[in-house]
Amino acid sequence: MILSVRDLRVSFRTHDGPVRAIDGVSFDLEESEILGVVGESGSGKTVSLLAVMGLITDPNATIQGSIRYKGRELVGLPPRELRRLRGNEIAMIFQDPMTALTPVYTIGWQIAEQIRAHRGVSKAKAMERVEELLAEVNFPNPHEAMSRYPHQLSGGMRQRAVIAMALSCDPALLVADEPTTALDVTVQAGILDLVRKLRAKHKSAVVFITHDMGVVSELADRVMVMYAGRVVERGTRMELFSDPRHPYTRALLGSIPPLTGQKPRRLPAIPGSPPSLLRLPQGCAFGPRCPVRYEPCESGRPGLGGGAHAAACFRVAQA
Amino acid sequence: MIDADRPILETRSLAKRFSIGTRFSAEGRRTVHAVDNVSLTVRRGETVGLVGESGCGKSTLARCLVRLYDITDGKLLFEGDDITSKSLSELRPLRRRLQMVFQDPSASLNPRRRVGDLVAEPLRIHGKLSAKEIAARVAELFELVGLLPDHMMRYPHEFSGGQRQRVGIARAIALNPDLVVLDEPVSALDVSVQAQIVNLLADLQEKLKLTYIFIAHDLSVVRQVSTRIAVMYLGSIVEEGPAEEVFATPAHPYSQALISAVPVVETTPTGTRKRIILTGDVPSPLKPPSGCRFHPRCPIAADRCRSERPELTEHRPGRKMACHFPTLT
Ligand SMILES: Nc1ncnc2c1ncn2[C@@H]1O[C@H](COP(=O)(O)OP(=O)(O)OP(=O)(O)O)[C@@H](O)[C@H]1O
Ligand SMILES: Nc1ncnc2c1ncn2[C@@H]1O[C@H](COP(=O)(O)OP(=O)(O)OP(=O)(O)O)[C@@H](O)[C@H]1O
Ligand code: SF4
Ligand code: SF4
Ligand SMILES: [Mg+2]
Ligand SMILES: [Mg+2]
Repeated sequence: MILSVRDLRVSFRTHDGPVRAIDGVSFDLEESEILGVVGESGSGKTVSLLAVMGLITDPNATIQGSIRYKGRELVGLPPRELRRLRGNEIAMIFQDPMTALTPVYTIGWQIAEQIRAHRGVSKAKAMERVEELLAEVNFPNPHEAMSRYPHQLSGGMRQRAVIAMALSCDPALLVADEPTTALDVTVQAGILDLVRKLRAKHKSAVVFITHDMGVVSELADRVMVMYAGRVVERGTRMELFSDPRHPYTRALLGSIPPLTGQKPRRLPAIPGSPPSLLRLPQGCAFGPRCPVRYEPCESGRPGLGGGAHAAACFRVAQA
Repeated sequence: MIDADRPILETRSLAKRFSIGTRFSAEGRRTVHAVDNVSLTVRRGETVGLVGESGCGKSTLARCLVRLYDITDGKLLFEGDDITSKSLSELRPLRRRLQMVFQDPSASLNPRRRVGDLVAEPLRIHGKLSAKEIAARVAELFELVGLLPDHMMRYPHEFSGGQRQRVGIARAIALNPDLVVLDEPVSALDVSVQAQIVNLLADLQEKLKLTYIFIAHDLSVVRQVSTRIAVMYLGSIVEEGPAEEVFATPAHPYSQALISAVPVVETTPTGTRKRIILTGDVPSPLKPPSGCRFHPRCPIAADRCRSERPELTEHRPGRKMACHFPTLT
């Protein structure tokens, strides 16, 4: 087990009251497994992963629960130790590659520095490794690419440079937060392909955040669907896509227009919009939009329960 | 007088170029070929979907079509009438009939005004309606786009993204336009809300006999909405045809790669779709490649492609492509 998160809670104190961004999230991740995290804007995908990485710096934040990385508790670990872990074993990729790159240095230099900071190797050795890494992430001309500045690269190339940087420490865990959202589908296809290959080669475990069900279904081994700060369904890719149980997962899958076959005259849409975390509805957070809501749904928030394929819904629990 | 088959909008070899830099800047004055040689016909009541990679010129073309941009070259015809170089005052009567909806509704909605007011604004500027008539029309528009009457007194920030887009749509249809150009109208919305707006647009089209030009980067959304699609690459249309046909049997190598790259939810154990992964990056519209502009990335490029630029040609009834070696099935 690489990562084991138990009952993670993150709340922020704000002017309008406390925001419970993450409200009891638990999950496990095995070696070389890809976990897809899906959910709408504001459902808590980024905050939960920032918490795992020890990157929530907001003084108004409170973090509770347990995050074990290879058996070691990370909650409460001093920032210095966390930083060491992040550079050595845990790597991150964000939607905007420029959060990881500095505009004033060449990408070759930046990746080499990263390598030298964590592995005391010579400059020449580091540069050699950079060239290998850039080749691995499909730069057509890695040697030439090393001397380019970030602004001389396209968005897709920048993201690949960041992936090369992330791989430079041979991470046991790679956390990717919407790394392809800003990219064209043609470029995205290349990056997804790359993530699959890297997992096979480096045996890294990957947490991949996205709001695109298609991306998850192509990449993930297991999937976690989030809604209003909680996990509402989890299961293997097959379980989740061929037998979705939570009314939200079902509705979400149903509302995606098909790419082939007959076009529906109208799309089965979900009414309303995701709730504000400041004003959560009584009972089940999906209640006001749920087509199969019944009385018990107002009594409290349904739990996820155990089980590999689980859904947080009173109806599912009853079935 | 209105002939269903007569095109509502037509472009002939339309081009839009931007000049960037000055002769004093490091690289000197340069020209961006944002839209190049586009001939497109839009018929009444249809929805033409524009797709293609970021920077291929979709928004620029859209803005040319409603004359938000001046056209550099070629012609633009509205109901057969040449409006390429009409002045703003000559365009005034047309403005009402050509409307545009943008991606980010909040950017086009004044945050300090109530949404009822915002929807009334185009009516005040263009219409010859009394205050009472305007109020009645605003109420009617709110109902049409699925907003509640008591929403009128609220400010834009008090709405969700989907509701703000409804306000944007209400404004666009306030003057009974014939043609609405929608530039990424659902891209900023949550997946669960996207479908609501897609349905709303379909309902309005039917009720109000609207013609749409629809841009989105989500290809399955474009397919759902469009009767016809035009695939753009580096400023030009490379393939055009009925939406479902083009998606099922794309003929241009670029459309094939584009459509194959769309991630879809699959329930088979291993992906069965064949994916064409393009190598190389989108070339710059500052220096478009010679010959076929797709040749540096095309998996089947031949010598001829490097020197001779293929024209958009009708290879099958209703199906056009710009390629020397299209896949015709
Ligand atoms: N520093 C903060 N202070 C207050 N609230 C916060 C803070 N950071 C995040 N939140 C809130 O926490 C919730 C979860 O945010 P998060 O960024 O995790 O969402 P997300 O699922 O990643 O969404 P997106 O798809 O838009 O990236 C949101 O409601 C957000 O407004
Ligand atoms: N005002 C401008 N001045 C200079 N260049 C411009 C201007 N507007 C657009 N361009 C350039 O023209 C090309 C086409 O841009 P456009 O915005 O039309 O693309 P798009 O297909 O809408 O892309 P996206 O999917 O990212 O919205 C791009 O190379 C862009 O950089
Ligand atoms: S608990 Fe009730 S309201 Fe919530 S998803 Fe299940 S049926 Fe719907
Ligand atoms: S003309 Fe040649 S390079 Fe262009 S798309 Fe066709 S085959 Fe490819
Ligand atoms: Mg996020
Ligand atoms: Mg655009």
